[in-house]
Amino acid sequence: MKRLPVLVFFLGPLAWQVLTSFWPEPELTRALPHALTVANYAGLGTTFARAVLNSLLVAAGTTALCLAVGASAAFAVAKLEFRGRSLLFGGALAISMFPPIATVSPLYLVLRAAGLRDTLAGLILPYATFALPLTLWLLTSFFRDLPDELYRAARVDGCTPWQAFVHVFLPLSWPALATSAILVFIFSWNELLYALSFISTPSKRTIPVAIALFAGEHVEPWGQIAAASVVATVPLAFLTLFFQRRIVAGLTAGAVKE
Amino acid sequence: MKARSQAALLAAPAMAILAGVAVLPVLAAIWLSLHRSILVFHEERFIGIANFRFLFSDGRFWSALGTTAYFTAVAVAAELLIGLPVAMLLQRGGGFFRAAILLPWAIPTAVSARMWAWLFNADYGLLHRLLPGVDWLGSPRTALHAAILVDVWKTTPFVALILLAGLSAIPGDVVKAARVDGARPARIFFSITLPLLRPAILLALLFRSLDAFRVFDAIYVLTEGGPANATETLSIYAYKTLLRSGDFGYGSALSVATFACVLGIGLVFLRFLGRER
Repeated sequence: MKRLPVLVFFLGPLAWQVLTSFWPEPELTRALPHALTVANYAGLGTTFARAVLNSLLVAAGTTALCLAVGASAAFAVAKLEFRGRSLLFGGALAISMFPPIATVSPLYLVLRAAGLRDTLAGLILPYATFALPLTLWLLTSFFRDLPDELYRAARVDGCTPWQAFVHVFLPLSWPALATSAILVFIFSWNELLYALSFISTPSKRTIPVAIALFAGEHVEPWGQIAAASVVATVPLAFLTLFFQRRIVAGLTAGAVKE
Repeated sequence: MKARSQAALLAAPAMAILAGVAVLPVLAAIWLSLHRSILVFHEERFIGIANFRFLFSDGRFWSALGTTAYFTAVAVAAELLIGLPVAMLLQRGGGFFRAAILLPWAIPTAVSARMWAWLFNADYGLLHRLLPGVDWLGSPRTALHAAILVDVWKTTPFVALILLAGLSAIPGDVVKAARVDGARPARIFFSITLPLLRPAILLALLFRSLDAFRVFDAIYVLTEGGPANATETLSIYAYKTLLRSGDFGYGSALSVATFACVLGIGLVFLRFLGRER
């Protein structure tokens, strides 16, 4: 019973948003709708479909990049000796605490000079500022928990460090890779400041930008905004329902030291 | 190839990316902040610390700093106070309950802010209907608290999960022993649970304070810093200066000032956390 007020507080606003999305626009002035409609969804049109596609592309690209470079680096930090090891790990932690506004002005100028401003590809690298430290943190703590003997045995059997990584450690690490991928995907899917700063063409907007700048001709189209919000939320609702254990484990990784 | 150099090679791409997208840009922002740089006029010249001299006498900067500090303090305090009882409810299990709580955390802040903007709407919003007479976003006094409410709604789940991890690490035997000795639940909570939870609480405080201090999304979507700049935080002010006014020199100075504040908060917390361990 104690759970009920908590559920109402956290799910109530979402439920109201879902109801609003099916609420006929002319009836929004009433206390409750007479009938429900899908007109708000139908009215979203291709611009918003583009935004969904753009968000998918940027989030998937960021996830792929961060896992590709993050996995080997995390393995090196966890199991190997090299110069700059603690610098990389400590630096990544510090970078994850940077306020993103601190890098907007130089990144804007660099992306513009490289012809990558106002492109989706140009968002992926800035997104690595928050996504790569997260990947490194999660994967390093995973590799650290695997026994050192595994690495030594692979070396005795004649593996180079690279081969030990590819043939021994990588196949074991898919649960951690999945956790990192889910979290990086969610964070990239939700990012607003960089996308707002670097993208100016409406057809290249990601979902958060499209929703932030959603505007009607005369009045705010609250029904359509609600419909767009529901579309943006559904994939995340599925992710949290199916992978909540992974997400929780990833978010609290390292929160408690044994 | 030697093992050591191969190890460095494995880490090199990640290092290069982090240096390129985070470390160098921060240094470049400091460099830019020493310039007068207006994009549209193609104007760029070195002016030393003039931007920072202006910053110290800029009332709008101090007001944004105060707003940001107030937002951070109130939001984080509320998240901890609500997060702890929620964590204790989560401790009793229930996969659906946990997923339901996680949902506000998972959706984009821009989406949740739009959702709350509709609830706050001064004509037909649900909150307005339940509590008529409060113009949530339209009045300078309530707008910042509306933004705090959105932040609390969205990030209390995260705080609750960190605290839950801390709660789960408390050995059950300690609590059982106290119960056998006749300690009441309130006594157990204040003498055992809370002290043992200290590291988790400090960690949640660190993460959330740094995150709340850079708040941008919720306020940009709800009010864009209005009404009358009442909700303008440092990130919002810097964003407007950079991308609306195109003033990259002073905008960078504001960004660097925000960075310095976050760095300061982080160092203070790390000292506390270091003492814990």
